[in-house]
Amino acid sequence: MPGITREEVAHLARLARLELTAEELDHFAGQLDDIIGAVARVADVATEDVPPTSHPLPLTNVMRPDEVRPGLTAEQALSGAPAQEQQRFKVPQILGEE
Amino acid sequence: MTDLIRLTAAELAARVAAGDVSAVEVAEAHLARIDAIDEKVHAFLHVDRAGALAQARAVDDKRAKGEPLGPLAGVPLALKDIFTTEGVPTTVGSRILEGWIPPYDATVTKRLKEAGIVILGKTNMDEFAMGSSTENSAYGPTGNPWDLTRIPGGSGGGSAASLASFQAPLAIGTDTGGSIRQPAAVTGTVGVKPTYGGVSRYGMVAFSSSLDQGGPCARTVLDAALLHAVIAGHDPMDSTSIDAPVPPVVEAARAGSVAGLRVGVVKEFRGEGFQTGVMRRFDEAVELLRELGAEVVELSCPSFEAALAAYYLIAPSECSSNLARFDAMRYGLRVGDDGTRSAEDVTALTREAGFGPEVKRRIILGTYALSSGYYDAYYGSAQKARTLVVRDFARAFEQVDVVVAPTTPTTAFPIGERADDPMAMYRADLCTIPVNLAGNAAMSLPCGLAPEDGLPVGLQIIAPALADDRLYRVGAAVEAAFQARWGHPILEEAPAL
Repeated sequence: MPGITREEVAHLARLARLELTAEELDHFAGQLDDIIGAVARVADVATEDVPPTSHPLPLTNVMRPDEVRPGLTAEQALSGAPAQEQQRFKVPQILGEE
Repeated sequence: MTDLIRLTAAELAARVAAGDVSAVEVAEAHLARIDAIDEKVHAFLHVDRAGALAQARAVDDKRAKGEPLGPLAGVPLALKDIFTTEGVPTTVGSRILEGWIPPYDATVTKRLKEAGIVILGKTNMDEFAMGSSTENSAYGPTGNPWDLTRIPGGSGGGSAASLASFQAPLAIGTDTGGSIRQPAAVTGTVGVKPTYGGVSRYGMVAFSSSLDQGGPCARTVLDAALLHAVIAGHDPMDSTSIDAPVPPVVEAARAGSVAGLRVGVVKEFRGEGFQTGVMRRFDEAVELLRELGAEVVELSCPSFEAALAAYYLIAPSECSSNLARFDAMRYGLRVGDDGTRSAEDVTALTREAGFGPEVKRRIILGTYALSSGYYDAYYGSAQKARTLVVRDFARAFEQVDVVVAPTTPTTAFPIGERADDPMAMYRADLCTIPVNLAGNAAMSLPCGLAPEDGLPVGLQIIAPALADDRLYRVGAAVEAAFQARWGHPILEEAPAL
């Protein structure tokens, strides 16, 4: 399988919302190329007939009765917020101006 | 009174219950020990003196009123800084949560408090539990009490070091690929990764949700069992919590026997990369099991060779998704919000400033493994390799009751040696990772010191899911036999701090 380039790392970092520095890109690209080279060996054992396992337990939806229960107050929920206004999380602008 | 810090949790609880010593005195002795030596060890990120003393006083009040006390009431504990604690900082070893005060307790925290256990503080860890040395903590490394220039393992290095340096008789860790067992092995302590789903993950900061599991850490097998019984059991707040009775771990630890038991030795856990002295102590432990009446069976688990690779695709994939919640909007750090930048730019700047190198590497790796075009080759193949590991364990447990292996291929390595060599660091978890992939239960306990460096070696015992009691049955027998041979617990050989 192909390795990973500095440009690909930069693209992945953007997708993952990480504003990496140029030095980090240089450093991580080489390391990630090594790691990917090493982990690519899983493809050798992953033959067609083997089903995937995503979880150690058979997962089922867990439901509970739809009843009101005590929860956090607005004040508690906002206690760690970087910024708040009128009992709401205050965030930077999400959409453009126009 | 200074010898209070050397007592086991079971002994401390008995003395508190009998009124020989108060819970406050026990807490004060441990807080004094922390004051005296933790500057050197750096096991704790936060010491909650007031909270600990208040919890201890509550136990003393209860006793004075003649109310029943739990089996560990009044015993101090060091809590890994990955569990939320209402009103007490929780950082996960990361700058991105620096100063964050959770508004709620994790289920584990809640159960500890209800049991009258006295939480001394929060312990150091690799950032978001990603690492095998605690060097990835944003708040500086922890020293191994056996040699402060060496790593105490990771990610739960702070919890293990607090036990080995007698700052706490009990601790809690989490184990995604070995983060309870590997620190236990390199510090000469006991650590248990319960069956996946055995201990609630509610309020435990998520790294890789199909692998993460909280569990007990202690200096003796019985203490670990007593703590296991406190924290385990079904929790409606965690959809992956198993709704089944907790295996009888305390009874098993008290019974301690291997007579007639079939013990498997995996032949793949040997050879290149395994330190000579580690294998020598491991082989002696297998011989001991035979002497104690166990039947030893050699097994082959060929898929284990691919387990490390599968893990380093699955865990980063899940982490890249889980850590998306750190977006600088609702809690934690926010950087660059000067009124001109968009939310998206603020998120990217905050994550750049708040995450350390290993977390960034894993987020990028996971993003890669999950991206279209690579998904089948990487994440998809890793999930298939995981199936093969599950099958190898299933086959093994048709032939044997437990599997034993070295916990780690080497003893504690020097701080800095592997800090910028991710693949070398990852290999520290070679023998622990298959257990997480399959969701089994496993324990690490001391089996001696490696002759070449005098550092602790861990014996790993692995049991099928929901058979956690077997770990304690075998572990207690091995512990008793080794201590009879050595004449004392292994930590008595650790240098004074």
